Amino acid sequence: MTAQLGAANPVPQRPIYLDYQATTPLDERVLTAMLPYLRESFGNPHSSTHAYGWQAEAALDVAREQVSALIGADPGEVYFTSGATESNNTIIKGVMAVWGKARPKLITVCTEHKCVIESALHCQRQGYELQVLPVSADGLVDLDQLTEAVDDRTALVSVMAVNNEIGVIQPLREIGEIAKENGALFHSDIAQAFGKVPIDVNGLQLDFASISGHKIYGPKGIGAIYKRAGRATALSPLLSGGGQEAGLRSGTQAPALVAGLGMAADIALAEMEADNAKANDLAKRLKQRLFTGLPGIQLNGHAKERIASNLNLCFPGVDGELLLANIRSLAVSSGAACASAMTGPSYVLAALGLSETEAKSAIRIGIGRFSTEAEIDKTADVLIDAVIKLGGLKF
Amino acid sequence: MKEQIYLDYNATCPIRPEVIDVVATTMATVGNPSSVHSAGRAASAVVEEARVKVAALAGARARDVVFCSGGTEANNAVIAGAGAKSLLVSTIEHDSVLAAAKVTGLPVFELPVDKDGVLILDAVEAVLAGAPKPALISVMYANNEMGALQPIEALSEVAKAHGAMLHCDAIQAAGKVNIDVAQMGCTYLTLSSHKIGGPQGVGAIVLAPTAPMKPTAVGGGQEMGRRSGTENVAGVAGFGVAALSAMAAVGDAGRLRVLRDRLESELKAYSNDIEIVAELAERTPNTSCIVLPGVKGETQVMHFDLAGICISSGAACSSGKVKVSHVLSGMGYSDDKAISSARVSLGYKTTDAHVDAFITAWKKLYDRTAGRS
Repeated sequence: MTAQLGAANPVPQRPIYLDYQATTPLDERVLTAMLPYLRESFGNPHSSTHAYGWQAEAALDVAREQVSALIGADPGEVYFTSGATESNNTIIKGVMAVWGKARPKLITVCTEHKCVIESALHCQRQGYELQVLPVSADGLVDLDQLTEAVDDRTALVSVMAVNNEIGVIQPLREIGEIAKENGALFHSDIAQAFGKVPIDVNGLQLDFASISGHKIYGPKGIGAIYKRAGRATALSPLLSGGGQEAGLRSGTQAPALVAGLGMAADIALAEMEADNAKANDLAKRLKQRLFTGLPGIQLNGHAKERIASNLNLCFPGVDGELLLANIRSLAVSSGAACASAMTGPSYVLAALGLSETEAKSAIRIGIGRFSTEAEIDKTADVLIDAVIKLGGLKF
Repeated sequence: MKEQIYLDYNATCPIRPEVIDVVATTMATVGNPSSVHSAGRAASAVVEEARVKVAALAGARARDVVFCSGGTEANNAVIAGAGAKSLLVSTIEHDSVLAAAKVTGLPVFELPVDKDGVLILDAVEAVLAGAPKPALISVMYANNEMGALQPIEALSEVAKAHGAMLHCDAIQAAGKVNIDVAQMGCTYLTLSSHKIGGPQGVGAIVLAPTAPMKPTAVGGGQEMGRRSGTENVAGVAGFGVAALSAMAAVGDAGRLRVLRDRLESELKAYSNDIEIVAELAERTPNTSCIVLPGVKGETQVMHFDLAGICISSGAACSSGKVKVSHVLSGMGYSDDKAISSARVSLGYKTTDAHVDAFITAWKKLYDRTAGRS
């Protein structure tokens, strides 16, 4: 039993990091872009009376362009927040507060990130109608069901671009069509898609999007809201005060963090293809080794409509937590980081129709910009050994 | 940029060198504090270590410290999340308190200050008696524009007697005077990292052990369900180091007080028509708000900018808006006087020479403007 708890696996100095959907290492180029704003250019961007303030404000302008360029938006449509959680809270609660009276219905999907689900439940407690759509076994939203759900009483349709646990890409273009046909506003939590799959807010008819810095090799504590210009997308702010970010989000902006997000977006714009090609190769390599070494494992989520960098795998006959305890040289997870403290099975995997036992045998592997072939090979070896040792895949 | 003399510490404080190192080092390590693997646990350990340090600054238990994105979020979260049925705010609160109170839709009662910028305690009781219960009183410890300290301890007695909760925005007090959430008798105390030499984008809500807290940002349930969103690990680490430095900085306050008092007395000796706002109040030792009648604040700050000195007119948050300071209005200043004010705020890098330069530039300004008449 002791061995099973992982005591026989001493933790090496640096485990192999393959949890890029939880958070990503900071790109050194991002840190370089941030440092001047920690050191000499420390000003408050709202200080309009002196050069320190102007420099800090200039940092915001540059980053606004960099972020908007990655999603085909105008710089003026980008507002900085403290992260995707705040962005999602602001948009969902803020839209319903403004538009919910005329159109009381809010539609989202059961596999959304916790912060979207919780914000939607908050709206429901406030008296708005909430409809949470199920997903198909492949993790994609059923467009027929969506068509049926969206009506002229719907204020907002909120569907994530890429799922954080299973990596599937939702058909945003079609969802946008359905939302627009009914005059509903369309929001997408693009935290896991930004910089990884091409997003064009106009082509997808998005009215709002939520962006995170630390999922794309930028700093934690920074995110953004894309809000289509115009009165039709008015929303009431989550935070009030000094009126920063055109009144949409009060609070002193953090120029270092903002510059970091901007640089991360800039790099992603230039290197998205290369990043994806690499992730694709590595994922293929890992899959091939694992599926050969452990016949019977299964990939969760749609096989094609997914980002290459995510592999969510079930190892039948093995408890995921136990498996994690035996592969401590790998930094991977059993699901969303936010839910790590909970021992229950993933609600996302449950939504795909997996049994509790199946869901509990799942491991999420996230590959990223700094992953190497050697790491992938080592990962395959460690995983195969551990699963065999734990007696998995025996049925 | 040529060497500038920065005297706008109340807008933002230059990040302390020891903080920059910690932020940069922490940035270079990967990990989401919510992840259970070793990278995640290492990140979580960084956050928890910082929590102990910020708790020490506020005299609280570590578990009662909730990290968030800054002072504005902290103030918004308290105002919206305390579960109050009515709000009592002083007329000189920061915009983040006043605006947050307004949008709750709850009845908001204003608490007046006297001409020295200090809360009129006697007025609180009557307002409380007529306010729906439970009430939340929100009064800052130190004002950002003119530095007056508020009688929080005495106010807490009044609050307790009426079963009201008390929120103290201690953002401008931390690092300048001692703060202690228990001794001050607060239910909530809010802090900002970048006002005490930490990085921007981090703040904290400090709770009394029994304080209710409905979260403003919901989601992954971080911060014990009191504030969702992945913690800004590097920022929080920097905040922690800055908190320790801020505690030490209170010991340096005497030096700043001497500098500030010299600045004010030299200006007053040179002219007899200026006013130091809240001069008779107990103030933070670093802040001076000076009214130079007939010379707009914007003109003053431009003059100082050309002289290579950074100051502000009123609060940084009001800069760029042609708006009379609600703080000075609340103290009874006429619009004419209120728009003729400038704020100087000193900090850990401020030297005798900086103050000399300011005094010289100020005298030049005075000679060219008000002094000519």
